[in-house]
Order: sequence, then structure tokens, then C-alpha cells
Amino acid sequence: MTKHLLLSTTALLFSAGLASAEVVLNRGNDTDPATLDHHRTSTVAEGNVLRDLYEGLTVQNGKGEAVPGAAESWTVSDDGLVYTFKLRDDAKWSNGDPVTAEDFAFAFTRIMDPATAAGYASILYAIKNAEEVNTGKLPLDQLGVKAVDAQTLEITLHTPTPYFLELLTHQTGYPLHKASVEANGDKYTQAGTMVTNGAYKLVSFQPNDKIVMAKNEHFHDAANVKIDTVNWIPFEDRAACLRRFEAGEVQICSDVPGEQMDYVKEKLPDALRIAPYLGTYYLPVKGKEGSPLKDPKVRQAISMVIDREFLASEVWQDTMLPGWSLVPPGIVNYVDDAPMLPYKDQDPLDREDAAKKLLEEAGVAEGSLSVELLFNTSENNKNTMAAVADAVSAIGIKATLNETEGATYFNYLREDGPYDIARAGWIGDYNDPQNFLFLMQSGVSFNYPKWSNADYDALMDKAAVTADLTERARIMAEAEQIFLNEVPAIPILYYSSRALVAPQVGGYEDNLMDAHGTRWLSLN
Amino acid sequence: MLSYTLRRLAGAIPTIFIIVTLTFFMIRLAPGGPFDLERPIDPLIMLNLQRAYGLDQPLWQQYLTYLGNLLQGDLGPSFARRDFTVNDLFAAGLPVSVMLGGLALGLAAVLGTFFGTIAALRQNSWLDYTIVALATFGITTPNFVVAPLLSLIFGVILGVLPAGGWSDADPRYWVLPIVTLALPQVAVIARLVRGATVEALRANHVRTARAYGLPARVVVGVHALRAALLPAVSYLGPTAAALMTGSVVVETIFGIPGIGRYFVQGALGRDYTLVMGTVVVIAIFVVVFNLLVDLAYAWLDPRVRYD
Repeated sequence: MTKHLLLSTTALLFSAGLASAEVVLNRGNDTDPATLDHHRTSTVAEGNVLRDLYEGLTVQNGKGEAVPGAAESWTVSDDGLVYTFKLRDDAKWSNGDPVTAEDFAFAFTRIMDPATAAGYASILYAIKNAEEVNTGKLPLDQLGVKAVDAQTLEITLHTPTPYFLELLTHQTGYPLHKASVEANGDKYTQAGTMVTNGAYKLVSFQPNDKIVMAKNEHFHDAANVKIDTVNWIPFEDRAACLRRFEAGEVQICSDVPGEQMDYVKEKLPDALRIAPYLGTYYLPVKGKEGSPLKDPKVRQAISMVIDREFLASEVWQDTMLPGWSLVPPGIVNYVDDAPMLPYKDQDPLDREDAAKKLLEEAGVAEGSLSVELLFNTSENNKNTMAAVADAVSAIGIKATLNETEGATYFNYLREDGPYDIARAGWIGDYNDPQNFLFLMQSGVSFNYPKWSNADYDALMDKAAVTADLTERARIMAEAEQIFLNEVPAIPILYYSSRALVAPQVGGYEDNLMDAHGTRWLSLN
Repeated sequence: MLSYTLRRLAGAIPTIFIIVTLTFFMIRLAPGGPFDLERPIDPLIMLNLQRAYGLDQPLWQQYLTYLGNLLQGDLGPSFARRDFTVNDLFAAGLPVSVMLGGLALGLAAVLGTFFGTIAALRQNSWLDYTIVALATFGITTPNFVVAPLLSLIFGVILGVLPAGGWSDADPRYWVLPIVTLALPQVAVIARLVRGATVEALRANHVRTARAYGLPARVVVGVHALRAALLPAVSYLGPTAAALMTGSVVVETIFGIPGIGRYFVQGALGRDYTLVMGTVVVIAIFVVVFNLLVDLAYAWLDPRVRYD
């Protein structure tokens, strides 16, 4: 018995010794990706996983900044329209094939092919003829992407797009291994078949369990990739991730359960990471034809009395920041003193008086206006809307809550259903104000209030063709000022990223894009 | 017996057909579709997507296509998990759910029968009262309380078992989910067996057995228990079907890749084919286990005959 015990202990120690030779990182993710075909993805959770599998022309480094990826250098024509990328000599696919310009051209063509039905193709409409190709008005070969030779890729844009290099870090800009995609069709994402050019390759994908990735030995920077295996574990239940984190089974959680924030702050202060994130939580205001809500003064009055500090600190437990503009702070390519709602620093009581005065000017008598607050099911959304209802009651506006389940809600907004005040959130795909301001342009499907302002549209169009970054920033700030004067959507919060990161994880730097590729991390 | 079984199985086909039809049209009544996400999709691309999945066809045509595929055992592609077909998802998830549910059911049946019999034999003693009290507690405590508590105590505080996660090969990952699933069932079965045993001990055939002078363990173990198991067996049928098709709560809290979550995920995400597939699987389980219960009755109760 004793001997047997000894033997098994030795075996255990031995296997533990073997295991420590291989560095394994267990990372929580918000949910499983809908697919590993990056042309059919759009969510943050999908971006997290794909960032490890692929390398775009540019990539986000550990600080979330765009740096050279598969392209080692590039030149831009004087008019800002033609980008010529030079690919790295040592860029390799996980099967050892070289990454060629043709692989990129193939990928860009595939995402724009109407047959692919890529839900997020529109993000790349800056490329010449992209929109026409994607909507079937032009053939595929008219797309402004050309493989000049194996290592030279030329991309032509239809307007100068100063954020184009940022944009290419997004998963829609990743290449595809042409041969294996052509051979396997839509099944190319299966483990064992999938060929990737990032720091990792796919080992297995078990839904609701985990995605296992192993280091890609052919990756050009493999020598500096310190983690051998990464397990991406989906946690729909944030509390489950917290428990597994505390048990030492998971080293990174991509979110923290809001209701246990106090506990986490007290028990895991070193692991808790809350950082500004490129996102805004706002309330689109629509109202029926002839409703007082069509009057900017009424919208401004409602905006004034919403206590954003209370929402951020009490409802969201400091996991959000008070929001006073559509474009979140910290963004690049923007003016230094970005426009904010003018009453940002005013005393709440003075704001309430000013709001009452605005309502009086608009001819809205106390108690005469009733609004419905529409939101999609979530505890935090519900508490937020309850606080908003409470706030507007102070200026004599009656508010009722209407909670709607997710898919129904988003379908309703998209189908232009009538509502008074709704909620929406937007997380930036690339670090540029345009990615937020376009939300309010006429005819954009994300423009939930269906607000249309000719001056705003004109400024945005002008910004789109302005190559000078300072001038472009000024024009966009002017547009945002118009938005803030009219508040067709009331910005109330800026998102923060929240995560739990174990102390033994190295290289995890908080950043505005919340991008933390595993290749930059280490485990001590 | 065989012809009875075959007749019952044949009778199940129209039942499943009606369930499939109702579910197909009911899920389509819900507003929104599989591609309505918080991140809205461009209207033109939405059209492309609907065309790719055949959602642009008239509903009756989609229904006929679905039925045709179903007859060939093809449950279709998943809308929300686009790298997998519904068949793929079940091939991976069903064995996990069946194993966990089966083990939990076995554990519950053994423990429940044991405690129920003890309580009945020691009726109105402190042992009986304790078992009944614990059983009441077991029935009334929901698994969304039990599961995190077990995970916290054994995973985080004591650190003797994994707090969550899954492994096909390592039974340590199975313990807490099985216990969570089994606990309320132990309680229900113990109460059923206790009640039935108390009654059976007073039944004529048991009195006759005693009068023959049979030893107590034969009287209780063979004659009383057999009759006392009948209510528990009829309870076990639907319970087995429910346990083996997975539990949303237990799977979410422990992170288990079973099929229990697919029903809820499918319904919320309007993943039509996944919802349909889950309904078909659950329906088949219910039909099969009800049949097994009826067959078990014939075996347990000599008065029941199927000819």
C-alpha cells in the first residue's frame, strides 16, 4: 500500500513536471464565436479568438496600437488613395506555406462576394468599388485590391481614409489560405483542416466547452510567443468564471459579474482590471410624429436631468464612466478638447432648474408628457432605465418601462418600429471618431432615431474626403457639436473594459481597444 | 410483448410529427430572426444571408424541406453556430448529457430507494422525520443555488474538485454536476418510496407473506419493495428523459458541453434548426422512457399484462 502510494505520488510529480514544461493559459471569453470564418463574424468575443489565429497586414500590439503585422512596410500615394503593402519574407501559414499577396486579395474578394453574405463587409467599404461589388452591381474583379506579385499587395481606396491602417487590424482584414479554403469550401474552419497565419493554430473547438489552440511553429515571431497552448473558455455565467478564477483554473476572465463587484474589489484588487474602453451607451430618442420628443429642447431637458454619476457608480458599480458625448474620450484622430454636453460640470440641482425652463420654453406642461423607455432584457439595462425614469419624473415627465427580449428588440429597432426612448450601445471597431459619428448619418441602418440633419451629413461627407488629419478632426468635432445640440440620441455612459487577470500573467496591458492577443502574454 | 412495443413505437410517429409541426410554426411566430443581433446587419446583406439559409422561401416550402431532411436524419445547419450542423452539435453534446443524466438518475434511484425504505420501516421515528425533513429541503432548494454553492465549497474553498469545466476522461469533473442533478431527485424518490412502502407493508400480499413465516428481509426486499417501487418507476420515466437531455442551469454554471443549453440558446437566438432539433430529441426521449416505464410495470406488477 505504502509503496503503491509512493509510486503514484512519483507518477503525479512526474506528470506535473511534464505539464510545467508546456505553458498553458486558460482564458475566459464572453461567449463562443458564432463561427471561426472571420468573414462571418462581428462580435468582440469572435475578435478575441480570431486575433490569436490570424495576422492581418497590421496588427494590434499588447497596447492595442496598430503596428506592422504580415506587412513589414507600406507606402501611401500622395492623394492618400493607393496603399502598397510589402509582405514579410518570413510570413508563413501554419502548414508552412508562405503568406502571399494573393491570399490577402483572395480574402478581400471573398468578403465582398455577395454569395459569402458577410454580415460585416460594409466596414471595408472604403476600398474602391467595395460597396458596388458587395451589392452585386459590379463583378468581383473590379474590387480595388490587387496582388502585384507574391509579396506586394496594392489596395486602392475610393476616399482617403486616415484610419485605414487601424481598420486593417480588424478581423475582416485577415487573410485566408486560398488553397485550403478553395478545397474545403465553408468547412475550412474545421480543426485539422483550418490553416491560419497567426501565432496560434486551431486544435479543437468543442461548443460550450472550449477552443484549444496550439502555438504555430511556423509563425515568424514564434520565438517570442511564450504561451504554448491557449484554451478559450466561453462563460455566459460571469460568476462561474470568477469561481474558476479563484480556484486557479482560469487565469484571465473577460468580464466580471457586476453584482459581485464589491466582493471582487475587496478580495481580488490586484487582479481586477477596469480600463476605459472604446464604447458609448446611449439612448436614441424617436417619438411619434408631432410628439414633443421631436423638439431638441425637450430631448436636452431629459438629457440634463439624467444623473450619469449615479448610473456609473451605483447601477454599474464603476464598470462604466459617465458619458457626455457620442465619441468616447481617448480616441485618436480627434481634437484635443472634444465637444461635450455643456452641462457636464454643472450642479445637478441647477441642471434640473435649467431643464424645467427648457420644457417651459417648449410648451410642455408638467405632467403632460408620458414616455415609454424601451430596452432589451438585462439586469443592468433595467436598472439604468429605472434610474432614467426616476430622473425625468423630477421634471414632470412620466416614464414607463418596456422590457423586450434581445432578438425581438434588435429586430424592432432595425425594422424602424415606433418607440419613445430606447437604449443602444456601440463598441468601436477601429480607433477613429468616424466609427461613432457615422451612426447618426442619414440613411445608415444603425441610425435608430432616424434623425436626419443636412449640416451633419455635409460635414461628415466633407470629413470623408479630407486628407489633412487636423482639419478632418476639426470638421468631425463640428459635426459632433451639431449632434450634441440636438441630442437625437442621449449619450449617458462610456464603456469600460473589465477583466480579471491573475498576477502570474505578464504582458497584459490595459488598452482602449481591449485587445490582448495571447502572443504578447506570458505566464510565470 | 414485442408486438406491444412495436405498436407503441409506431404510435409515437404521429406524436412526434405533430410536435415537430407545432414547434416549427410556433418558433416562426416569434418576432426577429437568427440574424437580428445587437450589431445590426445591413439590409442588403440580410437578404443575402436569408437566401443562403433558404429563409427567403415561403414558410410552407421551408417546412416541407425541413420534414424531408428530418426523415433522412438531417437536422440541418445551425444558424447561430455556423461551423456546425445540428447533427454535429448533438453528436458532441448528447453523450455528455446522457452520461451525466444517467449517472445522476442511477445515484438518485439507489439513494432515494434506500432512504425511502429506511424511513418507511422506521415510520414516525427520528430517522424518518430527519429523512422527510431533508427530502423536503432537497425538493425546495433550486439547483441554481445548489450548483454555485457546491462549486464554491468544493472547488474554491476546499479545492478538492474542479470548480467547473469538463473532461470526458477525468471523473473528478463529473462529481459536482451529478450530485447537483441527483439531489432533488433523491428527495423526490425517497418520499415516493417511503409513502408507497408504508402502504405496501399493510397490503394483503405482504401480510400473507408474513403469515407464511418468510424472513423479514424477504418480505420487505421482495414483496413490499416491488409494489412500493411502482410510483417511483412511473416518476423515473419522464425524469430520466429530462435529466438525460441536459440541464440549462447545471451546464451553464459548471460549463458543461451538453445539449441542455441548446434549447434556451436556440430559442433566444432564433436558431430555428437548433430549437427544432432539441425538441425532436427531447420528444424521442420522452416517448422511449414512457415505453420503458410501461414495460417495467409489467415486470414489477404481476397484475399488468401487455398482450
